[in-house]
Amino acid sequence: MIDTLSTHYNYWVFAFLLVVGLYSMMAKNNLMKKLIGMNIFQWAIILYFISIGAKRGAQIPIVAGAHGQGEELAIHAAEYINPLPHVLMLTAIVVGVATTGISLALLIAIYKKYDTIEEDEIIQRLQQ
Amino acid sequence: MIEQFPALIVVTPLIFAFLVTMAGLWNRKLCFPLVLIALSASVVFAGGMLAVVISGDKPIHYYLGGWAPPWGIEYVIDHLNALILVSVAVISLLVAVYAQKTLEQEIHESKLPQFYTLFLLQITGLFGITATGDMFNLYVLLEIASFSAYAIIAMGERGADFAAFRYVLFGTIGACAYLLGTGYLYIITGSLNMADLTPLLPHLFYSKALLVGFAFLIVGIGIKMGIFPLHIWLPDAYTLAPSAVSALLAPLFTKVGAYVIIRIMFTVFDPSFAIKLYPVTDVLGWLAAIGILFACVMALAQSDFKRMLCYVIVAEMGYILIGLASANRFGLTGAILHIVNDMFMMACLFTVAGAIFYQTGTRNIYQFRYLHRTMPIISALFIVGALSVVGIPPLCGFFSKWYLILGAIQAKQWGLVVVMLLSSLLMAILFFRVIEIVYFAPPTDQRHAHHKHGKTGIVMDNVPLSMVIPMVLIGIGIILLGIFSGVIIKHVIAFAIPSM
Repeated sequence: MIDTLSTHYNYWVFAFLLVVGLYSMMAKNNLMKKLIGMNIFQWAIILYFISIGAKRGAQIPIVAGAHGQGEELAIHAAEYINPLPHVLMLTAIVVGVATTGISLALLIAIYKKYDTIEEDEIIQRLQQ
Repeated sequence: MIEQFPALIVVTPLIFAFLVTMAGLWNRKLCFPLVLIALSASVVFAGGMLAVVISGDKPIHYYLGGWAPPWGIEYVIDHLNALILVSVAVISLLVAVYAQKTLEQEIHESKLPQFYTLFLLQITGLFGITATGDMFNLYVLLEIASFSAYAIIAMGERGADFAAFRYVLFGTIGACAYLLGTGYLYIITGSLNMADLTPLLPHLFYSKALLVGFAFLIVGIGIKMGIFPLHIWLPDAYTLAPSAVSALLAPLFTKVGAYVIIRIMFTVFDPSFAIKLYPVTDVLGWLAAIGILFACVMALAQSDFKRMLCYVIVAEMGYILIGLASANRFGLTGAILHIVNDMFMMACLFTVAGAIFYQTGTRNIYQFRYLHRTMPIISALFIVGALSVVGIPPLCGFFSKWYLILGAIQAKQWGLVVVMLLSSLLMAILFFRVIEIVYFAPPTDQRHAHHKHGKTGIVMDNVPLSMVIPMVLIGIGIILLGIFSGVIIKHVIAFAIPSM
């Protein structure tokens, strides 16, 4: 138990953040807090992806002095971290920023129209 | 030229989306022709690819940037997604033509360029989701489609922004779940390419991580397509969106989600994973059964025509899941055929809802009294769409339901057969209730006031011809799909079904 905790702590952190985000999305009444929960949810997944690319004792995936040598060079994959998840997360970060942008714009529109960002008050006003 | 079509069908609407923004700064009248050009080109590309796939009997592979898979992103067009691409292209073109006049009434003129940009980005996303052969690329395109959906829904009537915000929350949970599932698959296989994953996964079928990843994928797509317990966002978002938007999103987005689920369950994963190893299809089948009955009852309780149709969509998604749940040739034929048919049926019904709203300014079905007097063609189109959803031959809805029921019988899922027959009855009650009001209920004195809008050009049914023609074409499409369903099954769907 201790062993899995100490070697796989990145997964525990990710799972904890995921649940925190999900909780505040479901339980909070304030739309801004829901939005923050949504961000925590997204960044948890990004942290998870980034942590799976890391390796102990490995270096950044740039081979020094290998320019022009191409395929003749022998490379031990274990010496370099895996760059692919990181590249994927660049895209996912852009997606996350876009989501936040859209939700903030919606929140501004909602606040202008209903003068509140509390969910129950908005629903009350919509039913009038 | 034809080998570039898989990329062109995604890139053309994308580039035109930006052209529309720029043209809109100069002259707003240029936006609509640009949209028409982009979507007509897409129809040509999609049709060309379907013709090539049918004649060649092998999929088209396109390597983006010349990077070979599994390292690069690959677009693969086979029988299944060529068919979906053609339907998406045709429906989006028809809805774009239809949209022009409804927008004059529902959207402020200064917002038209933004609207058309989002409209095209939406279609870009849908094409991309369908064409791609890469798990992560699918996520990105899913988000492109979703973002434009959030923004375009928020342009609707009072309450639409709040509905859109809730849709953002649900949609993000769905997309994140899909991303997480993709991450699990990547960790245990080291690949993101669908064709590359297919041979890698069977060795790992007993891995718990794979099971969790699969669950995340199904839940993520399930939220996006609005299957029963995950549909909460759907009725609000699609009801309050502008008519043109619900006519575009409601038929297409949910069905493209259904396509993704078929792709993941039967192409990326071996079919035996979801059928024999874990009872995934059984669970989905029962969820679908409960969902169909729930949605039918909820639809009966609505007086808002569009909201009623939204619940009909939830039921229709249940039908597609029943096809997957029976997991045999008949069931899957029915499911794939139902995806295509349902695009046309829902497009027909939602455009009718939009046209009635355009002319009378109401969506309350109790105010549709004697509507056939003033809008005979649109009432007739409503009957075509409604009877097709109920499942009356020779309209297309009958044939897909027929295959779905045959599939459920062959799989000895008697509960699902009963649910399908019962729900057809409920659908009949649902739609005949509206038909009765439209055709037989005598008008009351207090007719709803007509909208004050300057009608220009040729008018039919008190609705501009540019709205009526696409609607009639969709209606004809429903009839033709029914008559030629045998041809479609023989030449396209028969090749799209995986061997089980």
